[in-house]
Amino acid sequence: MALLEIRNVTRRFGDFTAVDNVSISIEAGEFFTLLGPSGCGKTTLLRMIAGFDLPDAGQILLDGKDMVGTPPEKRPLHTVFQSYALFPHMTVADNIAFPLKMAGTTPAEISSRVREALDDVRLANFGNRFPQELSGGQKQRVAFARGLVNRPRLLLLDEPLGALDAKLREEMQIELINLQKERGVTFVFITHAQNEALALSHRIAVMNQGKVEQLDEPSRIYGFPRNRFVADFIGKISLMNAQVLEAAPSHLKLSVAGLGEVTAPSKENVKVGDTGVLAIRPEQVRISHHAEEVELKNHFIGKVQGFLYVGDVTTYLVELPNGARIEALLPNSAPGRAKFFEAGDPVAVSWRHDAGTFLND
Amino acid sequence: MRRSNIWLWSAAALAYAFLYIPLLIVVVYSFNDSKLNAEWVGFTLSWYVALFNNQEMLTAARNSLIIAVSASFLATLLGTMAGLAIHRYKLKFLPVLVFTPVAMPEILLGVALLLFFLQVLNLTLGMVSIIIAHTTFCIGFVAIIVRARLQGMDESIFEAARDLGASPWQTFRLITLPLIMPAVVAGALMSFTLSIDDFVITFFTKGVGEPILPIQIYTMIKVAVTPEVNAISTLLMLLTLTLIIIAAKLDSGILRRETK
Repeated sequence: MALLEIRNVTRRFGDFTAVDNVSISIEAGEFFTLLGPSGCGKTTLLRMIAGFDLPDAGQILLDGKDMVGTPPEKRPLHTVFQSYALFPHMTVADNIAFPLKMAGTTPAEISSRVREALDDVRLANFGNRFPQELSGGQKQRVAFARGLVNRPRLLLLDEPLGALDAKLREEMQIELINLQKERGVTFVFITHAQNEALALSHRIAVMNQGKVEQLDEPSRIYGFPRNRFVADFIGKISLMNAQVLEAAPSHLKLSVAGLGEVTAPSKENVKVGDTGVLAIRPEQVRISHHAEEVELKNHFIGKVQGFLYVGDVTTYLVELPNGARIEALLPNSAPGRAKFFEAGDPVAVSWRHDAGTFLND
Repeated sequence: MRRSNIWLWSAAALAYAFLYIPLLIVVVYSFNDSKLNAEWVGFTLSWYVALFNNQEMLTAARNSLIIAVSASFLATLLGTMAGLAIHRYKLKFLPVLVFTPVAMPEILLGVALLLFFLQVLNLTLGMVSIIIAHTTFCIGFVAIIVRARLQGMDESIFEAARDLGASPWQTFRLITLPLIMPAVVAGALMSFTLSIDDFVITFFTKGVGEPILPIQIYTMIKVAVTPEVNAISTLLMLLTLTLIIIAAKLDSGILRRETK
């Protein structure tokens, strides 16, 4: 049985449907992420799981027990807030002790558990500090410690890394993965940062306008986006209008206006004549000098329009004869060299027959 | 210093002089060894001695203290609840209801309360009616200060408390109350100072009988302005000023921002 089951949950605010008939089931021990742009309903869903808001329809079951009607303090789960929500008038130790006190834990047990929790987040000497005296990363770790100290079944995390700078964020991501692995606590994590979701999660639900667009493992979400929204929202991707010429079990043959025939991996529920887009990731596109021999079937001549150098890789924007633009990514393996091609260079772009995805309109 | 600065500073200096010189004179002449507030003769504490032998004045002071303590206690209790309610339930009419007495002319409030006590409640005017009246106009001040404090706070702190296992009451006792405490104390001190020197509303709601400090002072002036009045005024000023300073220290910013 799933630890948390969200069944046909709907929440409306006036005319606006924030969460629209969502069903998700989350297993014990999972690191589950709700990913989506702001306003997609992920925070509303989280607030309903925590008990701060109630669904207009549907059920939220924890261990098979319907939680609707149970106040937040009676739910065996905790939340880590984006603002950390540490109690400013309490020391770090008192903050962490708070859920234990509320649960009626004995004072001796509390002090040993708090010490343990402080050790776990590497803040052993910070127990007597007040939250105002901590850095952002330290506050964040106190919030994690407080959320985990009385071993909840489920920890909800509302964009907990949102307020941190990029470098600290990466460190905390690794810390978060370890914390989750060690404790075996189920995490439901909310974020609008797709790279964070891909890095942390076992499974991701991509949300848009109150609905779940795709629910899958990170590599499937990235590699096989189900629709245009998911493809566009997760990572970089080039889209080209295409029509299906041939739908074989092994592959699809597409016609792309101005380019001719393109081979793409096969997909269920695609028929001859369907229109849509061919979506292809920049790292799947190979870029080479146009005179070079290219053995790949999907292979076209174009012209470099521009490039974006970010240190480890350079992304080239190539314009094809039909006016379509495609991005190609090249690692900068040669030291001291920022780019292999200049704007205006004629180049060849190619990709494997099993790269890219066809997305129906 | 630039020319415009000189003008600005002089204007400010004049305004403050206008405000504070009369007060200063009252204080200085309370130590003057003369029955007249006309010229400085010499230093004495005899007016303070006389004051502490004036039985009626002492009764008035005691009455005023009882009223101020009771009214500020009640106003703090109700005003804190009102401030919390206004902050939590975003009802349009609630702030209007609570804050109106703050803006209402005192004379209006005085007359209204008088009629209410006499005609509706059929109450005999006295200490109780004054306490109720003072509580009424102090509630708004407390509510303003408490709400201002709440507005500056991260709402998720209160949700976090619930989330971590605290009941609504525990959340209030362990989180909300300690966090708004400076505002609550500031509101109480504010109410105390407003109550102890209130004249107009007290005048309307006191009835006959018990002497009340501000009215007692007024009565004395009607007879003759003796330095005893200066002495009691100085003491009153000292008390009020101390409380205001404590209140401002406790919740600096809030007093400046919300009350004029």
